[in-house]
Amino acid sequence: MRLTLLLDMAADGFGDRVLAGRRSGGITAAELARRSHSGAALVRQRAADALVYLDVNGPAFPVALFAAARAGVPLVPLNYRLGRLQLDELLARHPKALGIAGPGALAHFERAGLTAITSDDWLEQTRADRGEISDPDQRSDAGRAAAPDDENPVAVVIYTSGTTSAPKGVLLRHENLVSYVLGSVEFASADETEAALVSVPPYHIAAVANVITNLYAGRRTLVLEAFTPGEWLRTVREEAVSSAMVVPTMLARIIDSEEDRSVPTLRSLSYGGAPMPAALIERALGEWTEVGFVNAYGLTETSSTVALLGPEDHRAALASSDPAIRARLSSVGRPLPGIELEIRGPGGEPLGPGQSGRICVRGGQVSAEYAGLGRAVDDQGFFDTRDDGFLDQEGYLFISGRTDDTIIRGAENIAPAEIEDVLLRHPAVLDAVVFGVPDQEWGQRIEAAVVPRPETNLDPADLREFTLQALRSSKTPDRFWLLRELPRTETGKLLRRMVPALIATDHSATDHSATDHSATPSARPAPSPRACGTTAAKARKPA
Amino acid sequence: MAVKFRAGQQLVSAVDSTAVIVIRAPAQEGTLTCGGVAMAVPDQAVTPAAPDPSQLDGTQIGKRYVDEADTIQVLCTKAGRGTLALDGKPLQIQAAKPLPASD
Repeated sequence: MRLTLLLDMAADGFGDRVLAGRRSGGITAAELARRSHSGAALVRQRAADALVYLDVNGPAFPVALFAAARAGVPLVPLNYRLGRLQLDELLARHPKALGIAGPGALAHFERAGLTAITSDDWLEQTRADRGEISDPDQRSDAGRAAAPDDENPVAVVIYTSGTTSAPKGVLLRHENLVSYVLGSVEFASADETEAALVSVPPYHIAAVANVITNLYAGRRTLVLEAFTPGEWLRTVREEAVSSAMVVPTMLARIIDSEEDRSVPTLRSLSYGGAPMPAALIERALGEWTEVGFVNAYGLTETSSTVALLGPEDHRAALASSDPAIRARLSSVGRPLPGIELEIRGPGGEPLGPGQSGRICVRGGQVSAEYAGLGRAVDDQGFFDTRDDGFLDQEGYLFISGRTDDTIIRGAENIAPAEIEDVLLRHPAVLDAVVFGVPDQEWGQRIEAAVVPRPETNLDPADLREFTLQALRSSKTPDRFWLLRELPRTETGKLLRRMVPALIATDHSATDHSATDHSATPSARPAPSPRACGTTAAKARKPA
Repeated sequence: MAVKFRAGQQLVSAVDSTAVIVIRAPAQEGTLTCGGVAMAVPDQAVTPAAPDPSQLDGTQIGKRYVDEADTIQVLCTKAGRGTLALDGKPLQIQAAKPLPASD
C-alpha cells in the first residue's frame, strides 16, 4: 500500500475539495493527484533516486511528497536553518537527488553538484500534464516476486536533530505512513468547511503526518510559514481555522500574547513535540473553553502519534477533585488502537500499572528504521523509545522524560521534567531547565537554569522555597542560574545537554547557589521573550 | 475459486467499479465476491460479468467492510453498485471509531 492510494481515493471521493492553501485558488484533491503524476515524471526524467526539499512549508511540500511517492523515491525534507557544513554533509548522502529549493537555497545544491529547481518553478512545472505514472500496487504477484525491493519503498527520510552525534536518517516506509493514516483517520470525515493550520516546519514528522491525515480526512490545510503569536491568531480568525497543531513553546507565546486571543471557529487544538507544562495547559483550558485539546505523544520513528489524550479527558481531568484523574492533565492519554505499548524494566521485563520503566511500542506505523543501520526492534518487534514513563490503572500513559536525561543523585533516579513542572508554576518564571552536574559527594547534583518573566523580580531564595514546598529537599536544585534564554530547537525541544556549556560561556548568567544569596537578579535587565522559530542556542548578553 | 488473502492486497470487481484493499487477512482461503461474482487481483484479466440482482447494495469509498466472524477486513478504495461478500456471506460496514485529529 502506497501513499498514492490515499491521494487517489481523495481525488476520487472529493476531487473538487480544496486541500491545500486558501479556499479560493488552493490546490484541490484532483489537482494534487494530477501534479503528483507530473512531478513524478520530472523525477524520472532526471533519474533522481530521492527528492530533497529545502524550503519552508507551503503548497510545494504536499506536491513534492506525493510526486516522490508516485515516482517510488523518498522525499527528504531538510532543515533550511542548518549551517552550511551540516547541509553539505546531509546532501552528500543523496548524490543522485533532485532538489527543490527555497529562496537562496539553490546555492547549497550547486555546491553539492545536485540539480535543483526553485519551489516556484516546481509548482509551475508540475502544472503541466506529463502523462500518468502507473500505480505500482497494481502489479501482479509475478511482478512483485521479480522486484521485491520496491514492494515497500521508503516514502520519507527525516533526519534527527543530532545534538550529540551525527544526524541519523529515520526511514519511514509507505506501509508505516499508510498504516498510521488508516489506523487513526476516517476517510472523508471532515466537513467541507474545516481547515487545519500547520505551524511546524516540513522536516518535522508532524508536518508529514499533517499532510497525509488531513488529506485522507478531506480537511483543507493552511500553512503559517513563520510563526508569530499575532499572525497565528489572525490567521485562525481570518481563515476560520477549525483545528491546529502547536508545540508547547508556541502555545505559551499565544497565551501570553497581548493581542486579541479570541478563536471563535477553533474546535480542536493538538499539541506535542515536547513536554507541556501543567500550568500552561490549565491556563489554555481556562482561556478557550470551547476548544477541544488533544495531547499527542509520538516520535519520528513511530510515524507521529502513538498515544493521545482527547478533549473529554482534558475537561474531565480539569473538573475532577480525584487526584488520580486530575493528574491525567499531565498524561499523554492512551495508545492508538493500532499500537501495542509496554513499560519495561531494566531487564526488558514488562512492568505493571504504576511502575516506571522504558516505553516500548509495536505496530504497523512503527518504522524504527535508520539509514545504514536497519531496524532497532527486539525479537518481538518492539521499539524502545528511550523515553521513561508509566501507565496508570486505566492505561493512561505518563512520560517522565528521556532516559538519557535522568539525573542520578545518590541512588535516586530523578526526572528533570518533574522539577521543571514545579518551577514553571512560579509566576515569575518564563522558562526552566533542570540538569545533572557531576558531584564528588552525590555522583550528580541537581542544578536549574530559569528565565525570569519580563517585568518581574525573580528572587531565587523565594523560588527555592517554592520548590521545597512542592518537592522533597533531595529534588530541590542545589543551584539556580538565571539566563535570558534557554537553548531549544525551533520546534521547542529543549537542548538540555547544551545548558551547562551555555552557562559556562555566558558571562551574564548569574549564579544563586544555596549558600550564596548575595547576587541580585534585579540588577539584570529584563530579558527579551524567547524567540520561537529560531534555534535559540545562544543566550543573549545584556545590552 | 478460493484464494489466500494477504494484507495490502488489492482486489477489483468484475461487475462494477468497486475496488478494495485487504486490511486484515483471514487465516483461511476464501472467495471474495462483489455483486455475486469473484473479485480479481490486479493484472489478472477481468472478464466483465453481470451481477446477481439480489446483491446490489453498493459499496462506499473509504468504508471498511468486515464479515460477521470478523476474520476479514477490507477497505473500499473505489465505490460501486455490488454487495461485497466472503464465501457467500455479505460483509457489513464497520462502524467508525473516530479519533481526534492530532497532527
